[in-house]
Amino acid sequence: MAASTAVRSSMGLTFRLSRVIRQCSASPFYRLNSCVDGFALLSKQGFPGGLQTLNRQLQTTMGVCHNDVGNSNAEDPKDVVNVVYVDRSGKRIPVRAKVGDNAMYLAHRHGIELEGACEASLACSTCHVYVSSDHLDKLPDPDEREDDMLDMAPLLQENSRLGCQIILTLEMEGIELTLPKVTRNFYVDGHVPKPH
Amino acid sequence: MSTPQVLLSKAAALNLLWTSGRRINRFNGHVRVITRSASSAAHQKVCVVGGGPAGFYTAQHLLKACQDVQVDIYERLPVPFGLVRFGVAPDHPEVKNVISTFTQTAHHARCCYYGNVNVGTDVSVEELREAYHAVVLSYGAEGNRSMGVPGEDLEGVYPAKDFVGWYNGLPSNRELNPGLDCETAVILGQGNVALDVARILLSPIDELKKTDITQRSLDALAQSQVRRVLIVGRRGPLQIAGTIKELREMVNLPDTKPEMVASEFEGMAEALKVIPRPRKRLTELMLKTAVDPPAEKERQRRQAASRSWGLRFLRSPLEVLAGPDGARVAGIRLAVNRLEGTGDGSVAVPTGEVETMDCGLVITSIGYKSLPIDPAVPFDPRKAIVPNSLGRVQQAAGLYCSGWLKTGPVGVIATTMNNSFDTAHSVVEDLTSGCLDATSAKPGSTGIGPLLDKRGVKPVSFSDWEKINQEGRRGAAQGKPREKLLDVEEMLKTART
Repeated sequence: MAASTAVRSSMGLTFRLSRVIRQCSASPFYRLNSCVDGFALLSKQGFPGGLQTLNRQLQTTMGVCHNDVGNSNAEDPKDVVNVVYVDRSGKRIPVRAKVGDNAMYLAHRHGIELEGACEASLACSTCHVYVSSDHLDKLPDPDEREDDMLDMAPLLQENSRLGCQIILTLEMEGIELTLPKVTRNFYVDGHVPKPH
Repeated sequence: MSTPQVLLSKAAALNLLWTSGRRINRFNGHVRVITRSASSAAHQKVCVVGGGPAGFYTAQHLLKACQDVQVDIYERLPVPFGLVRFGVAPDHPEVKNVISTFTQTAHHARCCYYGNVNVGTDVSVEELREAYHAVVLSYGAEGNRSMGVPGEDLEGVYPAKDFVGWYNGLPSNRELNPGLDCETAVILGQGNVALDVARILLSPIDELKKTDITQRSLDALAQSQVRRVLIVGRRGPLQIAGTIKELREMVNLPDTKPEMVASEFEGMAEALKVIPRPRKRLTELMLKTAVDPPAEKERQRRQAASRSWGLRFLRSPLEVLAGPDGARVAGIRLAVNRLEGTGDGSVAVPTGEVETMDCGLVITSIGYKSLPIDPAVPFDPRKAIVPNSLGRVQQAAGLYCSGWLKTGPVGVIATTMNNSFDTAHSVVEDLTSGCLDATSAKPGSTGIGPLLDKRGVKPVSFSDWEKINQEGRRGAAQGKPREKLLDVEEMLKTART
């Protein structure tokens, strides 16, 4: 019993790491080294705390890689948060995300055309989204700095938030994030832009 | 530019194969490889004039939307990024993070950056239109709106754009040497540029030291005797163009206190009830700062402050007054206004009353202005923009505009982004609908390269810029992220090493 659990967890680790390391192949070499170090560290520790802790430790090591929180390849059903993005042409894009994911970087990973000019530092409003009304109060209140930036966003509404400040929790299950139709020329032909 | 310069060792050749389609920026130092494989296959050629946010966002959108388009960005300076580099205040580094997005675009296989090319003098817009299927003008606003009053050219009067260019290392402003040996500075205009200038004039030097403000201006500001800055607008508190983030920065600026005239805010509390949220929050902050008695801690902080700043309303410049030497500014005469109408549409009307403010420095922050760079391009001199509809230049098929040249010099990066995406979408529509004759072959940069060569113009590539950037990092003093090279010649020399 213990053996099969160990095998299952180690396979989970390998599976997760292989995905992590594949992401690494686009990174400079030193980041690959830090992944490998992380793996060595975890092997020594014998995966304490199960897969969740494992993922957090991997994230810490990988933190420099993608500047984001979370990994959208949800394994554990306990961690899954289903999100729907509505892009500027009205197209609905369901995404299977994970607790802790950042809504802006999540959008980037799924090719949704949400910009993030200032890289989540509350210095622009390009990641402005509308939050579905039943989920609005599940978000913590905005920082004064977020409100200041939101004030600059075109087509500001009651349910406006900055995507880079939305960190997914289980209570946000089913949340819909709509991209404001700020351009006069948004895609109407269902064209899906490639991630850049 | 017409033929790739390829000097490869075997290792380099293998590396090239492995990273095919991407540019090799640094390899063996002396080897420069310009991979054209992916780009020469792209049939639709688009040229973007201006390497600032508008140019890069237009390029980004075009590259995403069309798999067969090559986008070439021409920029007058050797260095890219326009106002992100030369306009955004040094103490707002996060706003400059957008440079990563632009860098990604520049590295795209179907994108090519040509710095040090002055469109209008080195190559004409007509020549670009012959070589490319579409030309997008996004060269922004390099001119200033002037007050148009006597005394404007006295010593000690500077356009805000030039002052900002000076502390941000814009080569053409490096010799500005503004006189900072007076106590009071008056800034005309109440937008974010005015607030930025006020903040830089009054910020503690220890804070500025950690930014990429030029060393020269840091030294000048360290010697500055300016202790009081008045930011003057011709309309009222409900019309200020600045935004809450910048106002908050003034309110919280260390060692400074606000110096407002409470009576100028009469009636504001009533008006608050019916205005939209952004204006409401901004006005609430102004009222709190100007009218509300401060909490004890704040009261003490203000008492201890050695510098002050204030907003003044309903004042328009009539004349800049010289001191006894007749050459340097010593004051400014202002017309007192009243407001006709309410809200954004209200108009300042002179009452006939006049007032004088003593000051030794006047900065006019009343707007940037686009200039025509080529007689072949339609230009509206009244609005100072290129007349267009959704970015398509009127009566000029294949010619487009984006950014401030399209809409006038208002807006932040997000605004320019949306504006540029709109124009790019128009270009994409025209490329795919057939109205641009995109099927006929156009030479793109292989047509322009020989022209530039003949004229002795040597473009700076993106990897050349990266060398200049490295130089900037190396030259930075402790704690500063970069020390910008101030001289175009120096930039070119660094690029060629």
